[in-house]
Amino acid sequence: MSLHATHRDAGQVTVVDLSGKITLGDGSALLRKTIRGLLDDQRRKILLNLADVDYIDSSGIGELVSGFTAVKNQNGDLKLLHLTKKVRDLLQITKLYTVFDVFTDEGTALRSFS
Amino acid sequence: MALTTKHLEMTLETQVESVNLAEEMCLRVAEAAGFGEDDCYRIGMSVREGVINAFHYGNQERPEKKIHLAVDLTAEKMIIHVLDEGIGFKLSDVPDPLAEENLLSTSGRGIFLMRAFMDEFDVVPGKTGGAEIVMSKKLPAPGSAPANGRGGQNATPQQEA
Repeated sequence: MSLHATHRDAGQVTVVDLSGKITLGDGSALLRKTIRGLLDDQRRKILLNLADVDYIDSSGIGELVSGFTAVKNQNGDLKLLHLTKKVRDLLQITKLYTVFDVFTDEGTALRSFS
Repeated sequence: MALTTKHLEMTLETQVESVNLAEEMCLRVAEAAGFGEDDCYRIGMSVREGVINAFHYGNQERPEKKIHLAVDLTAEKMIIHVLDEGIGFKLSDVPDPLAEENLLSTSGRGIFLMRAFMDEFDVVPGKTGGAEIVMSKKLPAPGSAPANGRGGQNATPQQEA
């Protein structure tokens, strides 16, 4: 498995801790399954912690966007925390850095949902 | 590294595993050629995106079709070719992923990333049909790239005849 995902509740926000690679195949599929599973459980405030994600390809970027849209469509919010340099650079050159709310501090990120 | 043209090629199955295989193979060549960590990342990502493009868009994920990968290492640059067995496409027909209306598209960023990460990039009709992605990266000047210590021993490309 190229990606590992665990999630924890912080009040009404669910923090998803991801580690590994979000790439074509298992990584993208696991991210999709995780977000869809949270939405099925009525968890609509989602913070993706990408501190240990060191690699994302175009498939992974697409899955982040797909998750963002799916959550928005249910009147929720999906935000990003602790981007690595490579991931931040990728989001910047694809102009997605302006689409996502991105945080470097978990407390600030959690408060932004209220 | 000797300043002679070296050539390596492989035929890949149309399956997800080929993406990782192609990336790893080209990373080893890039490291052996002296590229630094950042350039290796860009080359590896570009190869990955090229093979994803062939797998998904070119060959339509049909397992009977093949993906042809070739690497040429000259005195000046590393040139990568990715050929699919699809119907081909024109670069001008590829939507701009940075356009406002495409920002939330879930696909269509692979070509953009290859263009961003490589020095030269083009798509030409394949000799036997399909689309051939041709992209290159200039070799680092001698002594300018930090050694990153990964791999390399098994990456020596075959000398071209």
